[in-house]
Amino acid sequence: MELTFFIAAAVAVLATIMVVTQYNLIHALLYLVVSFLAISVVFFTLGAPFMAALEIIIYAGAIVVLIIFVIMMLNLTQEDIQHEKEWLKPRIWIGPAVLSMILLVELVYIFTADTPDTYRSTPVEAQAVGMSLFGPYVLGVQLSGMLLMAGIVGAYHLGRQKKKVIHRFLERTEA
Amino acid sequence: MNTLPMEYGLLLAGILFVIGLVSLLIRRNIIFMLISVEIMLNAAGLAFIVAGARWAQPEGQVMFIFIITMAAAEVSVGLALILQLYHNLKTLDSDAANLMHG
Amino acid sequence: MENLLWVIPALPFMGALLLILLGGRLSGPAVSAIGVGCVGLAAVFTLLLGFQFLTDAPAGGVYRQEVWQWFEVAGFNPSIAFHLDALSLVFIFVITFVGFLIHLYSTAYMAEDEGFTRFFAYMNLFVGSMLVLVLADNLLLLYLGWEGVGLCSYLLIGFWYKEPQNGYAARKAFIITRVGDTAMAIGLFMLFQYFGTLHIQSISTEAVQSWPVGAQPALLIAFLLLGGAVGKSGQLPLQTWLPDAMAGPTPVSALIHAATMVTAGVYLIARMHVLFELAPVAQLTVAVIGAVTLLLAGFSALTQSDLKRVLAYSTISQIGYMFLALGVGAWSAGIFHFMIHAFFKALLFLAAGAIILSLHHEQNMFKMGGLKEKMPAVFWTFLIGAASLAALPLITAGFYSKDQILWLALAGERGNVWLYAAGLMGAFITAIYTFRMVFITFYGESKTHLEHPPGTLIILPLVVLAILSTIGGFIELPHNFGHVVLFSDLLRPVLPNLAVDDSLASAEWMFQVLAAAISLAGVLIAFLVYLKKPELHAQIRNSGAAMALHRFWYSGWGFDKLYGALFVQPFVFLATLNKNDVIDSFYSFLTSLTRALNRGLAQTQNGILRWYMMGVVVGALIILTISLLP
Repeated sequence: MELTFFIAAAVAVLATIMVVTQYNLIHALLYLVVSFLAISVVFFTLGAPFMAALEIIIYAGAIVVLIIFVIMMLNLTQEDIQHEKEWLKPRIWIGPAVLSMILLVELVYIFTADTPDTYRSTPVEAQAVGMSLFGPYVLGVQLSGMLLMAGIVGAYHLGRQKKKVIHRFLERTEA
Repeated sequence: MNTLPMEYGLLLAGILFVIGLVSLLIRRNIIFMLISVEIMLNAAGLAFIVAGARWAQPEGQVMFIFIITMAAAEVSVGLALILQLYHNLKTLDSDAANLMHG
Repeated sequence: MENLLWVIPALPFMGALLLILLGGRLSGPAVSAIGVGCVGLAAVFTLLLGFQFLTDAPAGGVYRQEVWQWFEVAGFNPSIAFHLDALSLVFIFVITFVGFLIHLYSTAYMAEDEGFTRFFAYMNLFVGSMLVLVLADNLLLLYLGWEGVGLCSYLLIGFWYKEPQNGYAARKAFIITRVGDTAMAIGLFMLFQYFGTLHIQSISTEAVQSWPVGAQPALLIAFLLLGGAVGKSGQLPLQTWLPDAMAGPTPVSALIHAATMVTAGVYLIARMHVLFELAPVAQLTVAVIGAVTLLLAGFSALTQSDLKRVLAYSTISQIGYMFLALGVGAWSAGIFHFMIHAFFKALLFLAAGAIILSLHHEQNMFKMGGLKEKMPAVFWTFLIGAASLAALPLITAGFYSKDQILWLALAGERGNVWLYAAGLMGAFITAIYTFRMVFITFYGESKTHLEHPPGTLIILPLVVLAILSTIGGFIELPHNFGHVVLFSDLLRPVLPNLAVDDSLASAEWMFQVLAAAISLAGVLIAFLVYLKKPELHAQIRNSGAAMALHRFWYSGWGFDKLYGALFVQPFVFLATLNKNDVIDSFYSFLTSLTRALNRGLAQTQNGILRWYMMGVVVGALIILTISLLP
């Protein structure tokens, strides 16, 4: 089981690095799916099988597919990949890399500074999660519902291709 | 059944988060920025799952469900915004959308 | 009936409220109906109440009605309560009745003005406040009315606010009366400190019990109250605002600056007469102020060319007579003169207003002339008013009221020869300037074209007031001539009577003849100088000393210049010294700092998303690092 965790973790990290370094959006998204699958395996090893399933269904399934749809609508070409290459010069990496390394060092320090944890992880059944969700956290569930509703309405409203309303004077000067 | 120390799970979450952060900072393509945000959200969710498993509490997974919900809503609205931006500016360059500056 | 006392002040307030709230939507006649009707109804109630008061006198001579308790703080619980005794009755009669006539007159006078509604709203508010002032049962409510009339005076002087000098006159009136009001407020604080109440009746009874005559606190409080009275009534040294107050419409000058508001000081002193009797020095000061003011204002009135300014100075002078009367303890004589003065001065102002309106807002007397034939009604009523002001003997009311004051100033137990001489001199000057006004305005050759003759609504109040200023005097006649004492009998329960020096009593008729002769002599001189031999007038005016004197008197004895040099210039000097306000510089430093920071931070808002993300990350890193540090 431990071995599974380490292999999955390595895959997740490598796949995520590939996502970050790709120029082609579709390639990056495929690596992203791999990363999500690996993380779902990690969830499984941590004893959260229901969450592993959700990870695959929602992240790898719904969200990534949604992004792919949008990319298809945008009709990207080879030219855009060229743009991406121009934008990602090595010089740009320096600042963010330094900052992120400092952050990582601090995180590692926080995680390992305490006395080593002797406890082992225990699986939590999906039933317990459900009881908790609709028990003490029922208000949060309601709010999530509202959030999703707002997301749907907002996406519909924003995504509509509005007919441009330009005054005829402006149109003439533009033309 | 498991013998995994908690630190490893948290370290994995931290590494993924930092990779997402670097990506967010270097990318100019706005869809890549959205993807980076998804990576970071996922890493944060992983940290919750690890903590939930460590104390054998369901709250970690409850939080993960909330995070997923939020990520879904955010992606739908974010993509709609990206469509509008592309429609208006004919580019995905986030630096082009700098009309609101002081 | 006495339960309806509250209605009298409430009606004008209601009218003002209606006009303010609905003013824009009402037609002209509706506005007049509300504005005049409310005051008219108040006058009817006053007459009914007065009739009952006179026929069936209440116990103690007082109607008292408590409407509600205003507030209660630390044992201080003033109430909204009205107190009607003979003194208040005289005042509310004058206020509502003369006020009604002036409102009626205003409907014609202001008919073409665009601020018609606003004018009646202010006027009703004024009448309401004035009624509160004279009906108040405690000094706090009185002070409320006092400030209310001050506010209305300010609003109405600056009624035609588009002319900057009208606004200046309004501010001048407001600020100068405020000087007196501040003194009065301090006086009220001291009264409260000593007695723990501001209820007028309790103060009056307690003051007599706890203070001997000449007590220090009584003296101080009497002087402070006198300060308020002097400011409001335009007496020396706070008289300079009243001539400038003529910038307002003429009905305002008639109602506020002649008949009612300026006599609030007289009312205050009469109302608090107990305090003044406990402080003989203060009372003597009242008399001296009155005597000096009546002379100064009389001389100034001699030189004015503006019709309304002559009347303004004459108002100051006549209130000086009232102060003189109060100062020598002739309380009822002072109040009597107040009533008669309200009649004839309102009449004079309204008649002057009719002339000014007909001549298209021309106020300079020397440009009028020869109006006698053109406006006979106005001429005859004006003549009656002028005769009353000049105190022509036997037929005019002014003669009886002024003669009573002069006699008591000499023969009263607190009178003396000097006060009498000043009063007599004043009567002489009054006769001269009054008939100078009459002769210049109505006789001689005509110099202007008459725009439109005055209408019925303007003539009617003039006639009523002319009748009142003639027969009003017959309710109080000297004891050696008819001996009618209706008025002083009415006031006896409220105001103490004055003992008269018996050694002089037998010679009273001599002094009456002297007063009559003096006023007739004044008329004669005016006739000679201004009508018969105009060259004499020019001769006098052109001699060097007279010209300087003329200029000096014309400017009101240079008081404006003096105050300008004493108070205004130093203040302006200090203000210019501190132009770049020291304290302000701290705040301007703050603003410039904020602006600099704003400019700096605005640089960071460059619209590039990654840059903002970098900011977030650096901030998070800093916070994390700080929390990690031991």
